[in-house]
Amino acid sequence: MLSTRASMIRRLAPAITLAVSAPLWVTTAQAALGAPYASIAGDQATLGASIKATAHAGYTVHELTLPSGTVVREFSAVNGTVFAVAWNGPSKPNLSQLLGNYFNDFVTTAQTTPGGRNHVNLSRSDLVIQAGGHMRAFFGRAYLVGSVPAGVSSDELR
Amino acid sequence: MNCARVVPMKTRHVFVLAALLMSLAACGGKSTLSSGGNTSPIAGSASNVATAVVNAGPSGDVNTMFTSVTICAPGSTSNCQTIDNIEIDTGSSGLRILASALTANLPIQTDGSGASLAECTQFVSSYSWGPVALADVTIASETAASLPVQIIGDSNFATVPAACASTGSEEDTVQAFGANGILGIATEAQDCGTDCAQSAAYGFYYACTTASNCVPVTLGTASQLQNPVTYFATDNNGVIIELPSVTATGAESLTGALVFGIDTESNNASSNTATVLPVQVGTGYLTVSLNGTSYSQSFLDTGSNGYYFTDSALTQCTDSDASGFYCPSSTTSFSAIACAYQDSGSCTGVAQETFSFSIANADTLFASNAAYTAFPTLGGSFPTASTVDLGLPFFFGRNVYEAFENKSTSKGSGPYYAF
Repeated sequence: MLSTRASMIRRLAPAITLAVSAPLWVTTAQAALGAPYASIAGDQATLGASIKATAHAGYTVHELTLPSGTVVREFSAVNGTVFAVAWNGPSKPNLSQLLGNYFNDFVTTAQTTPGGRNHVNLSRSDLVIQAGGHMRAFFGRAYLVGSVPAGVSSDELR
Repeated sequence: MNCARVVPMKTRHVFVLAALLMSLAACGGKSTLSSGGNTSPIAGSASNVATAVVNAGPSGDVNTMFTSVTICAPGSTSNCQTIDNIEIDTGSSGLRILASALTANLPIQTDGSGASLAECTQFVSSYSWGPVALADVTIASETAASLPVQIIGDSNFATVPAACASTGSEEDTVQAFGANGILGIATEAQDCGTDCAQSAAYGFYYACTTASNCVPVTLGTASQLQNPVTYFATDNNGVIIELPSVTATGAESLTGALVFGIDTESNNASSNTATVLPVQVGTGYLTVSLNGTSYSQSFLDTGSNGYYFTDSALTQCTDSDASGFYCPSSTTSFSAIACAYQDSGSCTGVAQETFSFSIANADTLFASNAAYTAFPTLGGSFPTASTVDLGLPFFFGRNVYEAFENKSTSKGSGPYYAF
């Protein structure tokens, strides 16, 4: 199904400038929460995708703009590990890919938290997941508490 | 909000159910107010007034507002049914019905090549999957004819596309959804709008050649799900949501009104004291100034069950019953200003209205009376520092006017909120 959707987007690519980053996002073994970010360099070169990277004290933010206009930010530590991800925009990104092994935590929290369709709030000693918004305006973030670099505030991870 | 799925909450739900059984009369329309009521009058029965109730719904929710709708196949007067427990949601557009609650037989819509149209409806935490059909929808005495609606969890469309399933938790049953359906009356006329007409990348609409072969497609705005009120012949420029006030400890249930139209009938005249706050087209954003900070992506949403905003001084609940909510050691009061949307995100030079609210300990609230479903002081954290989500508690005790995009009222053009 992912390949079906990707081919769909590829057909649209000539008409949509930003679509160049879409196949990267939906088809590759994307760097996900807790995974090494190194793999994305190869993906980037292969696909000619552009990702805006911004260096901060102790980490780098890799910002991807999806064809829908939704913006995804991945936060990688000096050792290359993605320790936080955040998203906002008119439609949700592929959260299974973005959250990787922690997608099940998102789903389980959504199913069990009295937070409703419009909220996810998981606050564990090792993992924080927050999501909010409404149709056409989605926000979310997730971070691995133990992997946040020393001196970095969770307030920066948005 | 689906407390019923939380194992520790089950005891609470037994109490809720028992309480409901013992007070069916109250649930039938009599308010169980524990305080003096709305500061503004609540409309009585009329052709443009639907009853809005806050109760536990089918799966034991809190701060969730429901109404009922009558659905007929287009043009039919016999292939019809009335469905209750329909959540009223100002955070989405379109009427969606759970297949298990639907007995009327509705025609599934197709694209130009004959493929069935289906939708992956995105909510913050979940998705709901199912075909798009047409129906005549009557709420109170107002009818939306040939309205595109979604049938969620239709067994003929049992295979959820992987790209849809990857967006969150599946809510395709009444128990998971917490309602028999949802009445989306956001300021936007469609659930996706021109975005989905121009690109399939949003992942909303699909064309299905077989039940298991659905691919994302573009879909013109006229074929998309629509805010049903905009389809009414009259009283279609907006709504007024009128709910009674609630004492701080909560209430078992509430009965109020969903009034159709603004300044179109004698019972929906806009208040001269209500401040009109235009919101951003497409997102419904306005600005809320709170504790000296401007939250420029704030919004009103009856589909949110509390006040959601970032405040590191408020303690998170740890008990699983109240997981996700704030649990401050003592009730915390806030004074805030809601301002008309402007690109700068500031409140300078635009219409504004001051309001106050409080956040109490959710664990204590839930424990104090297991039968209560309306809590005015529930809150939780939001993932960004740019939003105050004014959920259903904000609507308690004040009449809120919501004007739709591309509609005019005597107080100006939508989209706006006024209170």
